[in-house]
Amino acid sequence: MAANSPEGATPRESRSWTLRLRRAIDQHLPMGHLLPDRQPYYVGSWVYVFGVITIAALAWVIVSGVVLSFMGPQWWHDSRLGRFVNSLHFWSVQLFFIFMVLHLWGQYFMAGWRHGRAATWMIGVVIFAVSILTAFTGYLTQQNFDAQFIAINAKDAMNSAGIGAFFNVLNFGQMYGLHVMLLPIGITFLVVAHIVMVRARGVVKPIDAEGARS
Amino acid sequence: MDTPATYFHWGFILISVPNLIVIGGMIVLFAIALVAPFPHAEEGDDGSK
Amino acid sequence: MRSMGATQEEYYRGVRMVPYDLVKELALAIAGIGVLAVLVAAILSSPDVAPVTIAAWAQQDPVDLVTTATNELAGSTTSAGYGPPYNSVGAGQSWGPIAPQKWFGVRIPVDSANTFVIQPLQRASFSNTDLGTALSAWQKATPDQQTKWLDAYSKALPNATVKDGTVAVAAGDYGPLPVMMSNLLGVAQAGGLDGLLVINGRFYQTDYTLPLLFMGDGTYLSGLAAQAHLTGSQWGMMNETGSYPGQTWLWLYTMWYQVPPFTSTTGFLGFNSSNADLGIIILMTVLTAALALVPFIPILRDIPRWVPIHRLIWRQYYAPRKGAIRS
Repeated sequence: MAANSPEGATPRESRSWTLRLRRAIDQHLPMGHLLPDRQPYYVGSWVYVFGVITIAALAWVIVSGVVLSFMGPQWWHDSRLGRFVNSLHFWSVQLFFIFMVLHLWGQYFMAGWRHGRAATWMIGVVIFAVSILTAFTGYLTQQNFDAQFIAINAKDAMNSAGIGAFFNVLNFGQMYGLHVMLLPIGITFLVVAHIVMVRARGVVKPIDAEGARS
Repeated sequence: MDTPATYFHWGFILISVPNLIVIGGMIVLFAIALVAPFPHAEEGDDGSK
Repeated sequence: MRSMGATQEEYYRGVRMVPYDLVKELALAIAGIGVLAVLVAAILSSPDVAPVTIAAWAQQDPVDLVTTATNELAGSTTSAGYGPPYNSVGAGQSWGPIAPQKWFGVRIPVDSANTFVIQPLQRASFSNTDLGTALSAWQKATPDQQTKWLDAYSKALPNATVKDGTVAVAAGDYGPLPVMMSNLLGVAQAGGLDGLLVINGRFYQTDYTLPLLFMGDGTYLSGLAAQAHLTGSQWGMMNETGSYPGQTWLWLYTMWYQVPPFTSTTGFLGFNSSNADLGIIILMTVLTAALALVPFIPILRDIPRWVPIHRLIWRQYYAPRKGAIRS
């Protein structure tokens, strides 16, 4: 986000980086915007709920994923409880993608990027791409027949683009580390940024609605 | 669920029934979300600042 | 487009605001998705088809394993002629001057003949004098002689018979190859090759590059994958074993592998079946960038204005009634 110098700050105050950051947060993301208890009256469609459901599914993906990573990659193959937690992970991921794509459709048909919200849309697309990469590393680390063939098949695409030289889909350890650590941190960070951007600006007005400003 | 899925083949398209259910379900869910009435909190509470 | 930095107060000035409980909505969503996911997980479980081992391959299809190993020696397998990042035998895929596979070079060196056949046999010959003799005969032979043995053995293998798990070919001049291959097959059938290829002189191991490359060179694993509709030409990227949904979100990526120019040998604009992987990655990168840049692309950004779906979503706003935004 652009580091807008806080309007109204006196030159003396604005020398403090701490103060400038605090004023920028106060101005752009006061608690009233982060957790608003009111929305414009036109926010009245189930299409608005897809984003929240995507976050809910992500929460279950992370909870089930934390249990799986705590118990280690072999556990779910041999234990009934482990298999259930893996199933929870699997279906939460399916729900996560289903609702993320429904959210994308909804935002597209609402043209949700209008009125200074293009960066929010773009981060959303990045989240989609990183989620696909994360799911891919998850499929590669299942340690089953599916994972074996996906690795063998996918290596050619990765190698053709030169990515395979650094991102070796046949290397379980590398894929596992990326899947349980780096990529989830990346998605969480991007989702937080996405939500903050949504809340900082609020929901977009209906198409062709003209507000007070031009 | 471990028995092989049925696949549909139309021209160059080859798709499994489970995938078809997911994609069809998404379209249906989107359509329902468009038309289903959305429960509003107390109507008419004018809180404009 | 409006300038950034406008406060919400300004943006919503004159808009009627109504109570909306976001936190309750999130809590209900987490509870609802949780119940749904737990139910589906409990009822439908999740896919977990056991992995294929080299031992299973050697037991189920010994001729394929021996043929693959022979082709590794002859340098005619996929991995042997792959090019970067495994070796510099092949050039890899390129599109005009764009050749990222070549640019990054050999980063994961694999010498197929040595790695998959000779080195495992050397380790297995520790207390096996017949094998040791055969190996040294192989290594002392001239490349011409090796090629003659390999040609003859390769021609005999399609008619090989399997008896008690061993592979027998018609009599011929194959040099030490039958001894080497029967030993490799025996080690593989006992599960030794799974271990030898993974361990590779180490103890702890998390890298399965070598056994996966070796299994990928054979037809046994890919045959099982084709039965499960997992191969690239079967939209396999979005398919899953059993009756489970797969990665449906890869539909567009996997679709390109089914259509020209990526399926054709003649191709279009330099894209064809031989550089399909690179071509499709370039195409998908462009399309993903286009999706991200939709807000700035004429027509794409205007479609939502033309398609009246937004009139359903905001029906309260478009309905001819009081409460419209005052400007």
